[in-house]
This record gives sequence, C-alpha cells and structure tokens, in this order.
Amino acid sequence: MIEVAGLKKRFKLTKDHKIDKKQSIDPRQETDYFHSVRDVSFHCEKGEVLGLLGPNGAGKTTTLRMLSTALLPDHGQIQINGVDVVKDPLLARKKIGFLSGSTGLYGRLTAKENIEYFGKLHGMDKKVLKTRTEELFEMLDMNSFVHKRAEHLSTGMQQKTNIARAVVHSPEVVVLDEPTTGLDIMTTQTVIKFIQDLKSQGTPVIFSTHHLDEIDLLCERVSVINEGISCFNGTLDQFKETGNSQILNEAFLNILQEQSNV
Amino acid sequence: MFEVFKKEVKELLRDKKTLLFVVALPVLIFPVLFGLMAFLATQASIEAEQKVHIYAITGSEYAPEFSEKIKFHKSFKLSEVKYETVDEMKAAVKAGDLDVGILIPNNARESLSKGEQSNWQVVFNDAASINFIYKRVNDAMKSFSEILQAENFEKLGVTKDQSVALLNPIKIEKIDAADKRENLGEKIGAFIPYLLIPLVLAGASYPAIDLGAGEKERGTLETLLLTPVTRTELVLGKFFTVLASSLATACITVVSMGFWVSVAGSFFDAKIITEVMGAIGVVDLSLIFLMLVPLAGIFSSLVLAISIYARTFKEAQNYMGPLTMIAFMPLVVAMMPNMELTMNTAMIPITNVALAIKELIKGTVDYSMVGMIFAATLVLAGVLMSFCVHWFKKESVLFR
Repeated sequence: MIEVAGLKKRFKLTKDHKIDKKQSIDPRQETDYFHSVRDVSFHCEKGEVLGLLGPNGAGKTTTLRMLSTALLPDHGQIQINGVDVVKDPLLARKKIGFLSGSTGLYGRLTAKENIEYFGKLHGMDKKVLKTRTEELFEMLDMNSFVHKRAEHLSTGMQQKTNIARAVVHSPEVVVLDEPTTGLDIMTTQTVIKFIQDLKSQGTPVIFSTHHLDEIDLLCERVSVINEGISCFNGTLDQFKETGNSQILNEAFLNILQEQSNV
Repeated sequence: MFEVFKKEVKELLRDKKTLLFVVALPVLIFPVLFGLMAFLATQASIEAEQKVHIYAITGSEYAPEFSEKIKFHKSFKLSEVKYETVDEMKAAVKAGDLDVGILIPNNARESLSKGEQSNWQVVFNDAASINFIYKRVNDAMKSFSEILQAENFEKLGVTKDQSVALLNPIKIEKIDAADKRENLGEKIGAFIPYLLIPLVLAGASYPAIDLGAGEKERGTLETLLLTPVTRTELVLGKFFTVLASSLATACITVVSMGFWVSVAGSFFDAKIITEVMGAIGVVDLSLIFLMLVPLAGIFSSLVLAISIYARTFKEAQNYMGPLTMIAFMPLVVAMMPNMELTMNTAMIPITNVALAIKELIKGTVDYSMVGMIFAATLVLAGVLMSFCVHWFKKESVLFR
C-alpha cells in the first residue's frame, strides 16, 4: 500500500527565474522560491492502479520524484508498505520500481547488461538474478534482442528493456511517470499490458498521464493535482460523476474549474 | 560502489572516443605529431640554410677584401639593382626585392688605416624565427675584422700572443659541476610535466563528462539514484573510474614516450637521452608516477563536480575550457627559467608537483620535500573528493 499525506516541496529560484511576487499570477511563485507541491495527498491499495492527473507543471513529476526517493519532501509523509520513505530511503528503494517516459538506457551496454546492472545494484544474488532476467525476457518477448547494444534497439525494444530494468528486483510497488509519452501505438500497448500484468499480480501502481483513455482502461482510483494541490481523490466512478456525462475530459476540466473558483 | 566502477569501466572501454583520448592519443598521435613537428622544423631549418640571399653593397670599393668574400660566398648573390641609401635598402627589403643590404661608409679605408673604428650598416628583416642572414654577414665581417686587427697589431709591433692577451686579458675555463643527468634534466625536466600533467587532466575530462552530464542527458541518472545504493557510493564509483582513466592515460603516455625515445635512440645519435633516461631509475620513475596519483585525484574531483553540475554534455564541455586554463597557469609558472623547488613554490598546487617531477628527473631531489608535496596534494585531493561527494547529494545540482 502507498500512502502519501500533506506533501510539500519548494525549489529555490535561480537569478534568471526570480520575478517580483506582485507581477506573478502563479500563486506558487514567491520572490526566492517556487512552491512546486503545496499539499498533495493520496493512497493506493494492493492490486489498485492509481492514475495521477494534472495539467503540465501541476507538480506530478515532483510528487512522483518524492515518492520514488529522488527528491526529499519539505513536509509530509510517504509510506510504502509501512516503510517511511523519508526516514529509510534505501529500504524504500528496494520496494519501488520506477519508470518514466524520459528514462534512458546505457547505450554501450546490451539490453541484458542494462537489466543485470540494476539487479546487481539492488543487491540481487547471481542465481536469483539469472532466473529473474530469463523470466522477464520470456514475459516481455525480449529474447531476440537481449544481446544487442541498447543504442541499436528500436524505441519499442528500449521501452521493454526499461520495463524489465524497472521491475528486475520484483518491487512491491511501481511508480510510472508518463510512461507512454512519445511512444507509438505498439509500444504503448506493451506498457499498458505491463501495467495490467502488475495489477493482476496485486502490485499497487501509480502512474501519471495525460491520456484519459488509459485512466479509463487501467485505473481504480484517480488523483488530480493542480498548481501543486490535490484537488480530487476518489475512485474512477466518483471521478466520472464530477462530469455531466461519462466523458472523462469533461470531468477533469470540471475539477480544475472548481478549484480555480475556490 | 564496485559494481558502479565495473560497469562504468566496461562502458568506457566500449566507447571509441574514450579509447581515442586514453589510448590512441598518447600511443600514436603524440609521436606522429612530434615527429611531424620535428620534420617540419628540420625542413624549415634546411631551407633557411640552403637559401641564397640577394644582397646589395654600397661602398664596396672602401673594403674590397670584404666585398670579395661576400661575392664568392655560396649563400649570397649580388642584386642587379644598385641601392645608395639605408632608406632605399629598407624599402627593397620590405618589398622582397632584397634580402640584405650592406652600407660601407666612404671613410672606411681611412678610418681603418688610422686604427679607428668604422661604423657599417646591415639592413635586413630580423623578424623570421630561423634566420641565417645576419650570422653569415657577421661571420664574413668577423674574419675581415680579424685580418685588420692582425695588420694593426703588426704595425704597432705587438706579437700574436700579446694581441690575444690584449683582446682577452682574462681567459675563463668553464668547469661544469653538474653531471649529464642534471644538465639535461634541467632542460627537459620542465617539459615532461608540461606534457604529463595536461594528459592527466585530459584523461579525466572526457570520462567525467560522460559519467556526469552524459548520464543526465541520456536520462539514466534518475534511475541510478533510485537504486538502494548510497549517493556516496555512486559518486565514488564514478570518481574512481575517472581517476583510473586519468592515471591510465599518464601510464600509457610514459610507456609510449619511453618506447618512442628508445626507437629514436636506435635510429639517431640520441645516446645522451638514453643515458639520462637510464640513469633516472625505477625508484624515481615510480615516484614520478606516484606524484601524479593525488594530482589525478584533484583533477578527477574537479571535472566530475563540473560534469555533475552541467545539464548537458555540451554545457560540461564549455565549463572544462576555463578549468584547463586554470590548470595550465601553475604549469607555466613551473616552466619559468630558474624556477626551483623551494618551501614557497612547494605551496603552489600543480606547480609543486611539476617542480618535484623536474627535480626527480634531474636527480637533485630533496625526498622529504617530495613527501611533503605528496601529502599536501593528497590532502587537497581528499578535500575536493569530499566536495564532489557533497555536491552529488545536492538536489539543486542533480535536478537543475
């Protein structure tokens, strides 16, 4: 289970980005700081997929970076299966699998070497790692290219390698930051199937996206962030109900509109 | 940390650019470059030596012996155009019509016969780096002067031995207390660190850019940060990779230089160089290499810190330029004439290592001073490495 409560994160502005607070229309902008995440909370149970929605610059990536231990929150709590991410980041990292749309691979290593490297960094035993990689190669249909250098792989092959790299250590939870951005239909399908497999195995998944059809297809739960604040948390049905019809776009826009009015 | 190191080394060895910087550059390109430079310099020197200079002489009738000497000199050819004044000669030299103009005053014969000094003028372009004109005219003039001197002394009734004593009352015999090694070490000792130290920096720079900014640009850094490995271990794994590459470059350069010196020695008369190189010995060679280790640590920390800060490969390369300049300044100080290893110069980072290497090559080293420099450089490398570790933990640096 993933539990996120009252997250806050601000970044010190560099000289180039500093502006007078009075001139700024963004409530997150201060003279010296930008409050990227102001109050974000959500939770995701075992076997659930939570879709994180929000316009560009809403604070989704910062939230997921805090969740995956890359960034330290200024305030708030993150628990992953009872482990406090802030207090024990090393233990938390063993439980998390992370993948983003912009994640790259080591081009001069083969697909297999890329995956094995991350397995070793997760402290996996040689035999266990061998069994696990073979299992992943089979599952993701990778056997034809595992010995090819990553720099020579197609986008689809690279994304499969990235998926295998993210879950090589059999994580208890998986965090995906816009995993289908910029991918073609075939590769997107691979990612969607990967999320469905995780779901069927009971692994909680959190993923951010701009594609509402993916939310409809995969998620039990939806969380919407706008200007660094959680403005909706609920089930997919509750999310749909905020709109006048079953069209998700409408629901999403209604939520943002409501928050602006507040 | 070891896994990170192993993977980084494997990836670097598969990179053609790294192999070019670390292996090919010192092994092949440097000897080829130096060989080419030597060839071109020799060619230029030969050309200058074989060149026949067009000359003009005014007042040749006042010093016929000298005029004859120049006329029959194989390197001079008389201009068909006559020039009367210095200004005319200067203009002709500038226009490229004339190489040298000689003006003998019309009272030359009179002055010389009276035993007075005669003032002659030689017009030529002295800007060329390899120039034999003045030397050749001067040589011809000198032998003519000696004839005049002998005639004058004879008139005065001074014997040949007396004339030598009159012209040079004191004869100095140079007895060099420095042995061959010290002598040649003084000359080439400053050059070797000038070659080695920048290579240590170059050997660190490219891998550092790849391991820091390169990871950011490829989008692999974030996933690396999410593994259950501390950031200290991650950055140390990278640091030791950069250090190994830097030292490998230095090692390969030394071995390559040794090889090419021995090859050159077998073809040319470079006995003295082989003797000096042989006299340096294994201990001093090991000490030279040992002095480079903490220096490589300093460079590795600096270039890695810069690379971690940069967002892209290109940005990192832009920052490396000023660092190279900064690293060269202390080397230039060490190359200055008469720059010795003292307590003061031992305090200047990089300069101290360069001077210590020079002293080691000369064989005049104070080993306690070398030990002190090694310890000081090691401490500085440690401080900079700690800074690099601290830098790698900063969110504002990693996620700029």
